[in-house]
Amino acid sequence: MMNDATPRLAQKKQHIIRREEGMQVSSWHAFTGTLKRDLLLVFRRRSDVVNPLLFFSIAVTLFPLGISPEPDFLAQIAAGVLWVSALLATLLSLDSLFQQDMADGSLEQLVISPHPLAVMVLAKVLVHWLVTGLPLTLLAPMLAVMMFLPEEGYSTLFLTLLLGTPTLSLVGAIGAALTVGLRRTGVLMTLLILPLYIPVLIFGTGAVVSAVNGMAVAGHLAIMGAMLMTALVMAPLAAGAALRISLNG
Amino acid sequence: MWKTFVAWFHRMGSPKWFYEISGRWIPWFAAAAVLLIAVGTVWGLAFAPADYQQGNSFRIIYIHVPAAILAQSIFFLMAIAGGIGLIWKMKVADMVAKSCAPFGATMTFIALFTGAIWGKPTWGAWWVWDARLTSMLILLFLYFGVIALQSAFDSKQSAARASAILSLVGIVNIPIIKYSVEWWNTLHQPATFKLTEKPAMPAEMWMPLLVMVVGFYCLFAVILMLRTRNEILEREKRTHWVQGLLSKES
Repeated sequence: MMNDATPRLAQKKQHIIRREEGMQVSSWHAFTGTLKRDLLLVFRRRSDVVNPLLFFSIAVTLFPLGISPEPDFLAQIAAGVLWVSALLATLLSLDSLFQQDMADGSLEQLVISPHPLAVMVLAKVLVHWLVTGLPLTLLAPMLAVMMFLPEEGYSTLFLTLLLGTPTLSLVGAIGAALTVGLRRTGVLMTLLILPLYIPVLIFGTGAVVSAVNGMAVAGHLAIMGAMLMTALVMAPLAAGAALRISLNG
Repeated sequence: MWKTFVAWFHRMGSPKWFYEISGRWIPWFAAAAVLLIAVGTVWGLAFAPADYQQGNSFRIIYIHVPAAILAQSIFFLMAIAGGIGLIWKMKVADMVAKSCAPFGATMTFIALFTGAIWGKPTWGAWWVWDARLTSMLILLFLYFGVIALQSAFDSKQSAARASAILSLVGIVNIPIIKYSVEWWNTLHQPATFKLTEKPAMPAEMWMPLLVMVVGFYCLFAVILMLRTRNEILEREKRTHWVQGLLSKES
């Protein structure tokens, strides 16, 4: 935080001590501060929350219309369609992660602040997940009804999305950070991020399919959890480094 | 030993030194590549015994396996070079990383393509969605991503550092490719060469393959050095030594 009182000579030593303590606390403050600010910004621009959800619903709708409305057939592809659509909706929403902050200059303030950049990136990613990944996860069971997903698959679909969408947001942050300084980012970001999304897609869909066929899903879920943990540790660091590069170039 | 390595590492960081030393190395590597690939091709295609199950169609492994090994090694090297460039800000490492990408993508494509040609008569399909094949396809996409990112930045330094981060992130795919044949029940057969075991095929079959693999590595070294030299000349064209070199040439 910038609002330290100007130190008087007599208090200087104590002030330095307090400031060092303050530095330790304020990593957490930086996290919550970024979190609150971003949530407030999202609350002011509510359409950003709704648009990915609309995209998700429309994309899912296209498959019965484009391929076949046959319930038996739809039941087979339901898991894959829901996962692919959720993945694309996340991908398209990644623009909002850093673009706005880049345009108004607040991203530079984040980068030059004394707190670890990764912590603030993590806060931003958390907000992104809260406003896209979580609503997508909550919406998915309803769309699954329309896709005739067999009953056994619902809880697994919900769980895989709950574990998978944060991974998507975290990995996506790397791509968004790498491309934030460029002019046309959309297609390039897709090219960078989609290959890294494929493992999440494979295990997400695989778990739902196993559940529908009455097989064990714990292994799939464990791997998705492991991917989430790895991404949670590594992705904010990588995205932070990428942001520094994007701002320099 | 360690000191000589550190000294060598630091000297490697100088574009001029790299340019000179690679100029001396290229003929040797090129000769080795031509010799090994020629010997390996003739030996593998004409003299190695035919497979008792697959007949002559197995001979495509003399292209397929070296290309696949190279595809993974090159990605590894690209990520390592990128990491060195990020950490020690070494210009030559950035240029090496950049020069890796196109050849690596080519090798990945050749591995996938020859695999498809071999798969059609043997498995009865050009393509199967098997863990090894899919992870190689992801590798190809990752290479394309790195190449695309490199050309998206105006500043060469930012381009190099951004693609270094992407290749370091993408390196998680390499162990997945390597162990995909062991972790999952795949149609693709297990690794041909292992450090700890003898190959499953007779020596007359794997010897030419080994020759081909070494030959491909030499070819890669030649192409990597040529591309890096081009990159050095382009980026250092304002320096004295490149100017001197140009005036000597013309």
